[in-house]
Amino acid sequence: MLALSNLEFGKEIKRKSGENIYLCYQCKKCSSGCPVSYAMDYPPNQLLHAARLGLRDLVLGSKTIWLCAACETCTTRCPQEIDIVKVMDALRSTAARSRIKPKVPEVAAFYRTALSNIRFFGRMYEVGLIGMLKLATRQFTKDLGLGLNMFKKGKLLIFPKMSGFFIVKRIFSKVKKLEKT
Amino acid sequence: MKYAYYPGCSLHSTAAEYNLSLRAVCERLNIGLSEPRKWICCGSTPAHALSKLLALSLPYQNLAEIKKLDLDEVVVPCAACFSRFKAAQFEVGHEPGLGAEIERIIGGRLADGIKISHPLEIFSQDDVLGEMRGLMVKDLKGLKTVCYYGCLLTRPPKVTMFDECEYPESMDKVLRSIGVPTMDWAYKTECCGAAFSLTVTDVVLTLCYEILKEAKALGAEAIAVACPLCHANLDLRQKEVEQKYQQKFNLPIFYFTQVIGLGMGIPFEKLGLKKHFVDPRPAVEKCII
Repeated sequence: MLALSNLEFGKEIKRKSGENIYLCYQCKKCSSGCPVSYAMDYPPNQLLHAARLGLRDLVLGSKTIWLCAACETCTTRCPQEIDIVKVMDALRSTAARSRIKPKVPEVAAFYRTALSNIRFFGRMYEVGLIGMLKLATRQFTKDLGLGLNMFKKGKLLIFPKMSGFFIVKRIFSKVKKLEKT
Repeated sequence: MKYAYYPGCSLHSTAAEYNLSLRAVCERLNIGLSEPRKWICCGSTPAHALSKLLALSLPYQNLAEIKKLDLDEVVVPCAACFSRFKAAQFEVGHEPGLGAEIERIIGGRLADGIKISHPLEIFSQDDVLGEMRGLMVKDLKGLKTVCYYGCLLTRPPKVTMFDECEYPESMDKVLRSIGVPTMDWAYKTECCGAAFSLTVTDVVLTLCYEILKEAKALGAEAIAVACPLCHANLDLRQKEVEQKYQQKFNLPIFYFTQVIGLGMGIPFEKLGLKKHFVDPRPAVEKCII
């Protein structure tokens, strides 16, 4: 069974996110307003509490952190003014750097693929992004009809508009270096 | 009036209609939009989801480019880009030492004193509203519309400092002032599922169904939006929502700038209306005289 391991985890998340998750008194306003809580395994209020209890694997292995749409409804309504999206961001970046497999792999793959896309092109090159995402998720036939229609209507650029080629790579590598420390 | 202009990645591709219609309307209003040549992606959701420093550096790199234009206000039409620029300014302003870290990353001083504005803010100004009214050549009172604001324009209120987060009215005000009958409704800021469109698409279908269903039940003939992703989810995916829930909607999704443009008599193609998946022509022909 899950043991109350690693109470340091809660403090780590508080530090990384800059948000005092210990202020939460479980009013559940966040979970009530969350548009995606219907699909989550642990609604936001439960996840915050799990983090405080040190249930690291449960939290980082949850669907919640990946299904959070960052709609900011929870942040706006929390009576203790906890920026819950920032907590989710800290959990996502921690999970991405851990060995725990993301519970909703397509979403994690999308974020990673999008960032590689931006690093290479400077701007989001949608056709490239969609191609790389399909390779990463192996869903080759998904949205093919939609994609074709988008091409026909001129909604997808065939050739990327590259910009800031060197500066964007420099930013990414400096961030990577700083985040390693 | 002249502003700097940051279109963001989607306005050059999937949300080309927004770019076209905004530029066309601004041209008529004599509002100059100056786009810096070397802007880069703001990072949007993927950046803040995986890396705090990246999420702050990308907008600040763009602000440095905008600073070179010598303009102190930048119009940012995409709600996600708007949200990221505002968030970057807010975080740097509230966390000591963060600014210095960002400066090390982008290799330069942080461009300060630049105001981030959404087009709705510009258009809400009384003098611009007056000018707009003066340029109306079409009667829009037959186009019953609901205004859908989405999540990021008004939330979190401390960061965006724009309109009212639980019941915004800026888009309603702008459209009503040009004669569009906008309706009160409870789904102004209900999430559409945003970036999940390409991944957990079913979430988008579930959330968009609620929005479309409510709009239809109220007798709306159109939904006006101000965000590329909201538009994509409600327009591109509308047919899939219809198929999943076995219900017909046929609700055209307009960028609010397209509605203004139609009122000004700007031609259909120039507003990008041919690019829509849900054909807006029937609504336009029936309701706009």
